[in-house]
Amino acid sequence: MQTDVLIIGAGATGTGIARDLALRGVHCVVTESGDINAGASGGNHGLLHSGGRYVSNDTEAARECHEENLLLKRLAPQCVEDCGGLFVAVQGDDENFIADYPGWCAKAGVPVKTIDPDLAREMEPVLSDKLIAAYEVADASIDPFKLSLENMAHAKALTGSTLLRRTAVIGFDIEAGRIVRVQLVNTVTGEKSSIEATQIVNAAGAWTDRVAAMAGADISMLYSQGTLLVTHERMTDRVVNRLRPPGDGDILVPGGTVSILGTTSVTIPNPDLARPTVAEVDVNVRQGAGMIPSLMDTRYVRAYCGVRPLISAGGGDGRSVSRGFALFDHEDANLSNFCSVAGGKLTTFRMMAEKTADLVCRRLGNTKPSLTVSEPLPEASACEWTEPGRAPKLWAARHDSGDELLCECEMVPASAVDEIIHSCRDEFPDPGLQALGKRSRIGKGSCQGAFCGVRVAAHLYENGQMDSRQGLVKMREFFEERFKGQRPALWNAQLVQAELAEALHCGLLGLELVNPDDPQEVE
Amino acid sequence: MTPSTNLTCDLAIVGTGIAGMAAAVFARKQGLSVVQAGSTGAISYTSGVFDVLGAIPASGKDDGIRTIHQPFAGIPALLEAFPGHPYGKISPEDIRCAFHDLIEFLRYAGVSYQAGSDRNYRVISPAGTLKHTWCVPKTVLPGCIALEEKTPTLILGFKGLKGFSARQVVANLKEFWPGLRAERIEFPGFESGELYTEQLARTLETPDARQRLAEAIAPLLSDARAVGMPAVMGMHRPIKVAQDLAMRLGVPVFEVPTMPPGVPGIRLKEAFEDKLPEIGVDLFCQQQISGTIPASDSPFTLRITGQPVEREVRANHVLLASGRFLGGGLAGSLDGIAETVFDLDVVQPETRSNWYQVDYFDPRGHAIHTTGLQTDDKFRPLDENNAPVHPRLFAAGSILAHQDWIRMKCGAGVAIATAYAAVEAIAKP
Repeated sequence: MQTDVLIIGAGATGTGIARDLALRGVHCVVTESGDINAGASGGNHGLLHSGGRYVSNDTEAARECHEENLLLKRLAPQCVEDCGGLFVAVQGDDENFIADYPGWCAKAGVPVKTIDPDLAREMEPVLSDKLIAAYEVADASIDPFKLSLENMAHAKALTGSTLLRRTAVIGFDIEAGRIVRVQLVNTVTGEKSSIEATQIVNAAGAWTDRVAAMAGADISMLYSQGTLLVTHERMTDRVVNRLRPPGDGDILVPGGTVSILGTTSVTIPNPDLARPTVAEVDVNVRQGAGMIPSLMDTRYVRAYCGVRPLISAGGGDGRSVSRGFALFDHEDANLSNFCSVAGGKLTTFRMMAEKTADLVCRRLGNTKPSLTVSEPLPEASACEWTEPGRAPKLWAARHDSGDELLCECEMVPASAVDEIIHSCRDEFPDPGLQALGKRSRIGKGSCQGAFCGVRVAAHLYENGQMDSRQGLVKMREFFEERFKGQRPALWNAQLVQAELAEALHCGLLGLELVNPDDPQEVE
Repeated sequence: MTPSTNLTCDLAIVGTGIAGMAAAVFARKQGLSVVQAGSTGAISYTSGVFDVLGAIPASGKDDGIRTIHQPFAGIPALLEAFPGHPYGKISPEDIRCAFHDLIEFLRYAGVSYQAGSDRNYRVISPAGTLKHTWCVPKTVLPGCIALEEKTPTLILGFKGLKGFSARQVVANLKEFWPGLRAERIEFPGFESGELYTEQLARTLETPDARQRLAEAIAPLLSDARAVGMPAVMGMHRPIKVAQDLAMRLGVPVFEVPTMPPGVPGIRLKEAFEDKLPEIGVDLFCQQQISGTIPASDSPFTLRITGQPVEREVRANHVLLASGRFLGGGLAGSLDGIAETVFDLDVVQPETRSNWYQVDYFDPRGHAIHTTGLQTDDKFRPLDENNAPVHPRLFAAGSILAHQDWIRMKCGAGVAIATAYAAVEAIAKP
C-alpha cells in the first residue's frame, strides 16, 4: 500500500491531521491499533475548555484553549453543546486564589464574569449552599467521538483518505535517514503488511514515545491516568469547575443526558495498564461533593480513564506539567520524513493538527495553507447515532411499530444498528458489538449494555451478521469491556443492576463457560 | 400511625423470593402459622429452572471452572473448594426432600416440574448455550430430551420478539445437533409491533390462539420431530397449553427460557401469590417489613408498612429470606455492605476494591457474591462473637454467605434447601 502521508493514531489529533492535510489535497492513511479515539481522545471529560482551568498556572495553554474554543464553536457546532461554565469556590477554599482569579484570566485573554454566589445557585441549584464565589466562563461540552469520526469522514470525502482500524505499527524500515516502509500488523488476525509513505506522522497519544523509539527517536513522556465517572442523569446545565488549583474531582461536565465527574491524576508506568480504580472513584466523589453535595448520593453508571500524554521536560508530576503541546521534527535523530506530535488538550487538537500539517506540507513541497481555521467541519450522517439524546428524538419522529427498540435505556432501534452496519461496511466488515457501541449509544445507558448487548447479538444473528459460536465470543468481549468501567462504580443502585446483569450473562447464559474451541460441553 | 391490624404467628417470613415462598410452603406443611411479607422480590427475574449445582468456580486464576453433571455427587468437591457453602449444613437427602415438597405444591398450583435423578438436565438457553440444571418445568423438559437424542428439531422465533433469535440458538448448537433448524414467523394476531412474552403467554391460554399458532407452524415442520419456542406457553396451566399444541402439531413442543423478566418466573410468582393464601399463609406482597431484634426470651414485633393499612406482627420466629442486592436484603454503599432489615453482621472483604475481580468473566467469580450472613448449623445468623444473634431468628436463601449462586448454578437449591432446613429447625427444635 502507498500513500502521501501515514498518520499513526486515530484520536482527535490524528484524524484532525488527516482532515487538515486532505483540505490541502494530500492523501492520508490513518493507522490505529484499536479503534477511533481508543486513547485519551475517548477517555476525557468531553470538555471544550474556555481556558479558565489553566489561567493560574499555564497562561499559554489557557490562551490556546480560549482561541480554539471560539473556533470550534463556530466551525463544528454539531459536535459542541455551548452550555457555558462556572468556576465556584466553597467555604474553606483559598481566598487569595479566588481574589487573583479574574486578574489571571485577563492576563491570558480569557473572558470571565464575576457573579453573585446566590445567582450561581439559582443557575445551578445543585451547587453547595456553602458557595462563597462564582465566575462565569465560556466552557462548553464537545463530543470527541463525533469529532474524530467527522474529521475522518471529511478526509475521506476530500482525498479518499482511509482509516486502518486494529492495525498497529511494529517497525520502520529506515534507509539513509528516511523511513521507506512501515511494518504493520492486524491486532485481531495477526496478519502482517507494510505501507510506503512519503511522510510519516506519529500522533499515537500516550504511545508516542514508543512509536518514536521504534524509529530511533527519543521523546521523554509522562503518563498521567485520569479517572472520570458518568452519572445516571445530567446534573447541571453548565460545566461546573472548582475554583482552586487543578486537583482531583474538580470538574463536572454535562454530556447530553448525563454528567461527567473528574478527574484524578495518577502517574502510571505504562499506558497499556490504565484502568479506573475504586480508590480514584472514591476521591472524585468525595472531592466533587464539596461543590455539589448530591454527588455523594447520585447514581453513577460507570467510570473510565484516559492517559494524558504529557511531555516531561524533566521533573514535576502530572498536574504541574504543561498542557501545551510539542512537535518533534526528529531531525536530531537524522530522520527527514518522520515527525511526532504529543501533549496538548482535546480543546487544542485542531491547532496541533494545523502545526503538524504545516511541517508535513513544508517537507512535501505543498504550499497550500491550512484551511481548518476557516472551513466548517461537515456533518457526516454516519455519525449521527453517537449523539446523546438523538436516538430517542429520531425514534419518536419516525416511529415505525415494526422497528424494535434494542437498547431501551438510550432508545436505539434495530434500524439504527442496521444503518450503522450498512454505512460502515467498508470500514468494519466484522460488525462486533464493540464497534457498534462506539458508533451509537448502545451500552451507554443505565444497564451498561447488560440487556441491549444480548438483544443486539440476537439481532445480528437474525440478520446473518453473526453465524457461529464466534458471536458468543463477541458478546463476551463486549460485556468484559463494559465491565471495565463499571467495576469501580458498583455500589447502591448500580450494584443492583450489576447483579442482575451477571445473573443474566452467567446465571442464565453461562457465558463464563463459553469456549468456542472446546465444544465438549455439548458432546 | 397506629397499626389498625395486629397479627400473631409462629413464623414471620421476610422476603417473597423463592426461599421465602418455599419456606412458607414447608412451614404450613409443619402446621406453623405464617405471616409473610416482602418488597417486589426478584422471583419474576428467575429463569424458571431450578439449579442445585452446575459448576464449581476455579480456586486460582489459572484454574478452570469445573462443570458439574451430577449435582449431588458434586457437593463434596464443592465443599472442599468452598467450605462455608450452605450445603455443608444440610444433607443431600434433605435437599431432595425439600425439592419434593416444593414440586408437589407447585403441581397443585398448576406449574409442573420434573427433577432429574442423579444427573443434571441440559437446557437450551436463548443464546444457544447450554445450562446444566437439575429440575426443570415440564414445558422445558422435551427440549432436554430432544437435545439428548439429537432429534430433528425446529426452533421457532417470533418477529417482533427481541432478545430471542432462533438462528442464534441453531448457529451455536448445529455443529453437534445436525437436525436442528431455525424459522421465524409472525405470531398470529400480533403481525406488527414489538411482542412481549407475557402478553403472548396469556394469549395462548385460549384454544383459538393455540389453533392459529399450530396452523402457522405446521407448514414449517417438515422432518422436525420436536418444536422449541421462547417460553410463552400459557401463564396458569402451561403444561395443558404445551400438550394441546403438541397434539395439534403431532410432535412434542418445548420452551426455551428467555431474558428476564420471563414467563417462567412470572408463572412462579403468580402461582405462589395465588396458592399460598389458599393453604393459610398471610401473604403481603409489595410491602416493606421492618423490626428490631428483641431480647432473647421475647417475641419479635414487626411492622408491615405499605398501602393501604399498616400491620403489626408478633412472631415467635423470624426467617430472613430477603435476598441479596436485587432482592433488597443486602445493600452496598461506598462504605461497605449492610444487611437491610436488622443490620446484622455481613461477612465481606476489607475494602470495596476487593468486591470484584478485574475481569468480568474471571473463572473464580467475584467476592461480592459470596458476601452475606454467616449462620450456625440451624441457619441462625451469628454476631461478631459467633453466637446466634437471637435464638429464634433464622436466615435462608441467597443472603447466606459463602455461596455464589450465579457462578455455581445453585440458586434454587440453596433457596429451597436452606428454607427447608431452617423450617425443620423451627418446627422440631
